[in-house]
Amino acid sequence: MGDKRADGRGSTRAGFAVLAVAIRREPWIFTLSTLGSVLFGALTVADAWVLGWSTDNVVLPAFETGEVGAGSLVAILALFVGVAILRAVGIVARRLGAGIMQYRMQARTRRAVTRQYLSLPMEWHQRHPTGELLSNANSDVEAAWGPIAPLPMAVGTVAMMVIAVGQMFLADLVLALVGLLVFPAVIAVNVIYQNLAQGWMTRAQQLRAEVSEIAHESFDGAMVVKTLGREPEETARFAAKAEELRDVNIRVGRIRAAFDPALAALPGIGVLFVLAFGVSRVLSGAADAGDVVTVAYLLTIVSFPIRSIGWLLGEFPRSVVGYRRVRAVLDAAGEMPYGESPATGGRSGARLDVDGLGYRYVPDQPLLEDLTFSVEPGRTVALVGATASGKSTLTTLLTRLVDPDSGQVVVDGTDVRDLAPGQLAAMVSLVPQTAFLFDDTVRGNITLGADVGDADVWEALRIAQGDGFVAALPAGLDARLGERGTSLSGGQRQRISLARALVRRPRLLILDDATSAVDPEVEGRILAGLRSGLAAGDGADGSTLVVVAYRKATIALADEVLHLEGGRIADRGTHAELLARNPSYARLVNAYEQDPDHAGHPGHGGEEVRT
Amino acid sequence: MTTTQQPKADGSTVMETGEDIGAMDTIRRGISHSPELKEGIRGTLLLAVLASVGQVIVPIAVQQTLDRGLNGADGPDVSYTVWMGVAAAVGILITSYASYAMTTRLFTTSERGLATLRIKAFRHVHDLPLLTQNTERRGALVSRVTSDVDQVSQFLVFGGLLFVVSVGQVLIATIVMLFYSWQLALVVWLCFAPLFLSLRFFQRKLSDAYSTVRRQVGLLLSAISEPVVGAAVVRSYAVEARTQARIDEAISAHQVASTRAQGFTAFSFSLGGVSAGLANAGVLIVGIWLGFAGDISAGEVLAFAFLVTLFVGPVQLGTQILTDAQNAIAGWRRVIGILDTPADLVDPGVDGEVLPRGPIDVRFEDVEFAYPGGPPVLREVTLAIDAGRRLAIVGATGSGKSTFAKLLTRLMDPSSGSVLLDGVDVRKISERSLRKSVVLVPQEGFLFDDTITANVRYGKLDASEAEILASAEELGLADWVAGLPHGLETKVGQRGESLSAGERQLVALLRAHLADPDLLVLDEATSAVDPALEMRIGRALERLMSGRTSVTIAHRLSTAEGADEVVVVDQGRVVQRGHHSVLRAEQGSVYAGLHTSWVAQQGQ
Repeated sequence: MGDKRADGRGSTRAGFAVLAVAIRREPWIFTLSTLGSVLFGALTVADAWVLGWSTDNVVLPAFETGEVGAGSLVAILALFVGVAILRAVGIVARRLGAGIMQYRMQARTRRAVTRQYLSLPMEWHQRHPTGELLSNANSDVEAAWGPIAPLPMAVGTVAMMVIAVGQMFLADLVLALVGLLVFPAVIAVNVIYQNLAQGWMTRAQQLRAEVSEIAHESFDGAMVVKTLGREPEETARFAAKAEELRDVNIRVGRIRAAFDPALAALPGIGVLFVLAFGVSRVLSGAADAGDVVTVAYLLTIVSFPIRSIGWLLGEFPRSVVGYRRVRAVLDAAGEMPYGESPATGGRSGARLDVDGLGYRYVPDQPLLEDLTFSVEPGRTVALVGATASGKSTLTTLLTRLVDPDSGQVVVDGTDVRDLAPGQLAAMVSLVPQTAFLFDDTVRGNITLGADVGDADVWEALRIAQGDGFVAALPAGLDARLGERGTSLSGGQRQRISLARALVRRPRLLILDDATSAVDPEVEGRILAGLRSGLAAGDGADGSTLVVVAYRKATIALADEVLHLEGGRIADRGTHAELLARNPSYARLVNAYEQDPDHAGHPGHGGEEVRT
Repeated sequence: MTTTQQPKADGSTVMETGEDIGAMDTIRRGISHSPELKEGIRGTLLLAVLASVGQVIVPIAVQQTLDRGLNGADGPDVSYTVWMGVAAAVGILITSYASYAMTTRLFTTSERGLATLRIKAFRHVHDLPLLTQNTERRGALVSRVTSDVDQVSQFLVFGGLLFVVSVGQVLIATIVMLFYSWQLALVVWLCFAPLFLSLRFFQRKLSDAYSTVRRQVGLLLSAISEPVVGAAVVRSYAVEARTQARIDEAISAHQVASTRAQGFTAFSFSLGGVSAGLANAGVLIVGIWLGFAGDISAGEVLAFAFLVTLFVGPVQLGTQILTDAQNAIAGWRRVIGILDTPADLVDPGVDGEVLPRGPIDVRFEDVEFAYPGGPPVLREVTLAIDAGRRLAIVGATGSGKSTFAKLLTRLMDPSSGSVLLDGVDVRKISERSLRKSVVLVPQEGFLFDDTITANVRYGKLDASEAEILASAEELGLADWVAGLPHGLETKVGQRGESLSAGERQLVALLRAHLADPDLLVLDEATSAVDPALEMRIGRALERLMSGRTSVTIAHRLSTAEGADEVVVVDQGRVVQRGHHSVLRAEQGSVYAGLHTSWVAQQGQ
């Protein structure tokens, strides 16, 4: 990319290459719209012919003889209107055809681009802001297929141009050659234009993406902006980019403003040259006046095709830039390869083996290092560690949101990388720390389109302690939650997110501090529900559970606790064992009780409250 | 309280679509929002007229050269031809330059005007109340300040002024035609009457069609942005197929709407050609009839037939511009729609009171709050917090405690009653002063895709690195900062997603601390942080809060234990208040219940 940016001819060629893609994709509709354009051109000529015919055969005789037959008048009307209607058909075919072609190509590219968004790994998404992706799917796609609109007209008029040029040669070879000097001039102007425009156009599309990025991010963080009163600064940030885009657009506009009249003027200047040369040729007897007139006239006809080709070429720089930006998404590598293994069946808990797992964002600073542990089916393991000790990263590796740099994650004997698409999700559910809800109904958010009955949805909500507030919503399961579930509180969102996992009866459930926003009483009930709900699976042992936890009540659920420190397993054992032998673990989980400020409060620790 | 401050009964402030603004109204209001569009308009118009003269230079030159240069009385006249050619070339240069200058001016004024509009609309979105912002999806909002604005540009450069010129040309052609023969001029106008009359119908159709297109672009961007933001959920639940189906639906809907609009455009444009055919036939037929009456000669009829083409050209260009205009207007409307949406939480601006610095005392007077169309979330809340006190608000999830935070920080206004800071109704405090003095740290702190330093500076724009480090030290976060891959210069990723939820909360706290507020409102601001760190931060905050007022919304009762006073909310009402030790002892009370389960969770 970018290697041909400064090369005008390269960009013209690239522009035709982009169009070739569209024509190969939509040959029929392209043919139809081009035929429409040819029909339009032919009938424009026919219009002149009809006028001539009417003059010679009806108007002049009528004035001479003083009488006219009704048939002749009908003929005039029929000819003019007939030609006009056919021409209208040509217009509709050309414009509608071009529109259909353009919008089909847009839709096709948008589908491909968004498919790519859904299949590219998280690591790619972290590098590409949402606003930019929106711009790729919208503005860049639109730019890429922009030249389709003037295409049929340009192609249709090529025929007109070829005929006119042929006739010029028949009239007078030398004058025709003089007239044809217009073409190299047109090419030169085009090359200059493409050269000048390409760089700015690239910048403009880039800026469009950046404006979109800032807008998306700023609207996304509207609450922070508001609560900190940073509206002026955010506006300044947006304005800086919007103004840069404005300035680049003005520059592009200047170039375009010069290109269009230059192309329009060239044939006119050609005509003047032909006339000047023509006079001298007439004087020397090499040509007669009629030939000069013919060549001059034909050259003015050529100006129309040149203009319409100019409209096409004018769109090229933007198209090429848009297409390249779209292509960059479509060609983005790093798609996570999937294997072909199916998920193991059954309802009972899955076995999890983590072997030598390592992961880093930045070289030399491992986030996780050499993690090895196993969880037997139906058992519960708690991951406990300070903030930023790598727990959340581990959960993303377990669910293959990212792949490790070393080691492997094995579920029921299969490396998760060997599983076919969708198979891991059939076994494993992750409830992330921050719940993400879709602008959908409660039901839609929980089932995510899976074929699950309402009874199961309610059951999952019951375990997640969400049945109460959902039942209180005016539309119940059909209540729409708004974008990101804004109509709910943080704790309510977490419970919907938890129900989403539970309703799938995952064989391995991973909770990443998934009840942090829920108050302790409700949390206690959720944990009790999980304990009995998961165990109530069909098999002897219920789901396997990996839980990132801070609170002792949650940790106490676990058969084993892994204490993470600095990306490594610092210690493992039961909660009681760790508490007894590992002071840093004890400090972490006992923090609420050890708070020295409150140690002096009578009755602290709750020994007298429970009645 | 005065009735003027009463918010709308059901809070029906949704984002305006702008779709009911008429076409002319849109243009008029669009221009008034972007005054740049009018700058130098006369000069530009003059240049446009001059540029349009260019079209007749070559035909005139050809004709003159033929008549007097080539076929002159004394044979071909070389010097005449050359001089004619030079004159014409100069003419072409001048008119081409006029065209260049005109387009450049148009690009300049329209891009400047649209940048102003874009920035105004962007700012207005931020000035809207939170609830109104949430009535439109982010993707759709983005489309309104990006691609909707882009649509207007094409029209302003290649449409607006050319339309005026076309109308002028039609008028001139009409005058010339009247000069030749008023009867034939009438015939031409009659033939075009159906077109002019049907224009209204088509404009309405086109307006609807293009409004749908623009709306679909908004929906399309929303459909794409949602799963991109929620990519982790889409991935981990393997719902790509379902998500793609939804996106595809939006893509197809946009395609159908665009194609439909294009159909109307093509059809309406083709009508002009049919009218032209009718007019040509009509001129000849009526011309013959007039000739019989002796009113007109054959030459005049033929000349008139050429005049018709002078009339038809601009009419067709004009209709073309009108149809394309509907696309631009549809986009313009949506941008103006944003500006039309009332910012009901009106900033009193310069008339607003400015809070003095120093701890703030807070009073709720008979406050009631309900979400639009919903039942009251808070009822009959009357509450006073003395300056410098640390208050904790506790209650079950959904009890309405977060609403306190939003009312205190004026993210929402109460449905009735009032919230007073230092005795002043928050609605009368200037926005700037309010935001300076009162800071909210929400549970899910949004971070911008930048470094930690840049994010923290949202709290204090000119904070130096040393200041930030000192602040981190005070909050007990120095170790955490030191452990980050690039310290304060660590990039946080989109929405801060390269950090864990707990770390995002730490950045938000640091940001709030630097903002140095007089009233700090914490809405479960440390819920995702590990207990040891939470307690450490809690202690640091207590120290830092001396000399300020703080309101902490918490479900971990450890926070409540440290507060001067605890307010217990249950089902939208304040049911208990007092010190932790007192409340806990009230047998069977809501607080005692909360405390029991908290202890049960901890005591193992």
